[in-house]
Amino acid sequence: MNDTAVRVRGLRKRYGDVDAVNGVDLDIFRGEVFALLGPNGAGKSTTVEILEGHRRRTGGDVSVLGADPGKPTREWRARLGIVLQTSNEQPELSVREIVRHFAGYYPRPRDVDEVIEAVGLTEKAGARLAQLSGGQRRRVDVALGIIGGPELLFLDEPTTGFDPDARRQFWRLIEGLAGGGTTILLTTHYLDEAEALADRVGVITGGRVLEVGSPMELGGRATATARVSWLGPEGRQSLETDSPTQVVAELSQKFDGEVPELTVARPTLEDIYLTMIGEGR
Amino acid sequence: MTTAALPSPVRIGLSRGVLELKAFFRERSAVVFTVAMPMILMLIFGTIFKGKVHDTNVDFRQYFAAGIIASGIMSTTFVSLGVAIAQERDDGTLKRLYGTPLPKAAYFIGKAVLALALSVLETAVLFVLGNVLFGLKPPSTPERWLTFAWVFVAGVVVCTLLGIAVSSVPRSGRGAAAVLNMPYLVLQFISGVYFPFDGLPSGVQQAGALFPLKWMSQGLRSALLPDTLLPAEPAHSWEHGRTGLVLAAWAVAGLALCLTTFRWKRRRDG
Repeated sequence: MNDTAVRVRGLRKRYGDVDAVNGVDLDIFRGEVFALLGPNGAGKSTTVEILEGHRRRTGGDVSVLGADPGKPTREWRARLGIVLQTSNEQPELSVREIVRHFAGYYPRPRDVDEVIEAVGLTEKAGARLAQLSGGQRRRVDVALGIIGGPELLFLDEPTTGFDPDARRQFWRLIEGLAGGGTTILLTTHYLDEAEALADRVGVITGGRVLEVGSPMELGGRATATARVSWLGPEGRQSLETDSPTQVVAELSQKFDGEVPELTVARPTLEDIYLTMIGEGR
Repeated sequence: MTTAALPSPVRIGLSRGVLELKAFFRERSAVVFTVAMPMILMLIFGTIFKGKVHDTNVDFRQYFAAGIIASGIMSTTFVSLGVAIAQERDDGTLKRLYGTPLPKAAYFIGKAVLALALSVLETAVLFVLGNVLFGLKPPSTPERWLTFAWVFVAGVVVCTLLGIAVSSVPRSGRGAAAVLNMPYLVLQFISGVYFPFDGLPSGVQQAGALFPLKWMSQGLRSALLPDTLLPAEPAHSWEHGRTGLVLAAWAVAGLALCLTTFRWKRRRDG
């Protein structure tokens, strides 16, 4: 079996005179969580929808689980899970009813109650969808995405509109799925989400992939200088340095112990990302 | 790796039908609107009109009761389905389904199950009302029962297919009810539902005769009303052969339209 779940070469999508996607290359390996980042209108959603078989491409080679998503078959669909952005359908059905119903679409579905438990809705299994909160509805969406036991799961901005606590809970759910070997392609606007979940992130802007790397290494983040800052006699001072430990040691000597309001910061993924898409424009 | 077989479209389709029925009957306002509208029309027309159909001894209220049963079938199939599917396209239901191994046929089967069940319910309710208020009688012979059955089934099939096909016309779910009700209203008035068909201007008659509702109404009259009504029918006969041909032609056209024009996605989702 091939160890690449998604392989994209020279993907193009043209709307009228505009190339929304203009030469995207991408490899997503089996078992990894891959986060695709990019500003609105960068071609992120279009790329993902082409991979999902929801949109036709103008050009390029695409292979998703060894098949061309431009010609989706039922067999291929049965191996994918897709969690779209919010939906409000079927408010009068209960969680268990809708999950059980979707299970009937697949050749070897997962156990209905087990999936409901995995998304943390066991206590709400009998409740109608209309009675659920936004976060709980999103969990139903995920349940429907994973009920078929997918090899590859697409998650499109899964935590938009969540409160911080709900987001953390949701991350644990995704970590659990990834731990079970599901390949996950995640799109998100939250950089901390990408950092917490993804093995690798890709930044897409202007219809192209700018860079792919681990969240720690993207954009030279691992080797970037650190900023040491503290409150000195003349006010706040700071220093860019490649050897922050040494700087802190010297400061400690100078202040004879505690350094007032000491911080040592490396650029966050968000800093790196904003710099990257700034240059990409 | 062994691959387990995909569930058959018929099995998934029936499961969708059950789900559709559950969801429909839990949405009380939809149930009331769908079933009550034709009942209200029947009551209103029943208080306005009196007397016999011209040149016959048939109570006019029985005449339009049969017609309202036919238009009730069109309401639970063509209008209800067309609006529901357009809304499901708009709210993302169809997009979600398209991302699963659900075959198109299974989705259609589910809708057909819903349409058939609602049509049976609606027909039963309207018949009982027509019977109690206007003395509408059940088919008097086995032959007429047979006529009733095939006209009913053909009407449901044709209008279901056309409802699925026409659901692709409205640009949004919100506009769907307006788009679907317009042809429905016009057809009711040019198909001899509320007025004797042969009293309409000949141009209107010719237009009405192109569409299924005229033939469904006429077919149901042939099953529910006596032959003494024939002098008031346009051809002075029940024209069963022609009714069958017109409905069969519309069924073929409707099926072709469904298969060629059905869209899972909104227009802007290209």
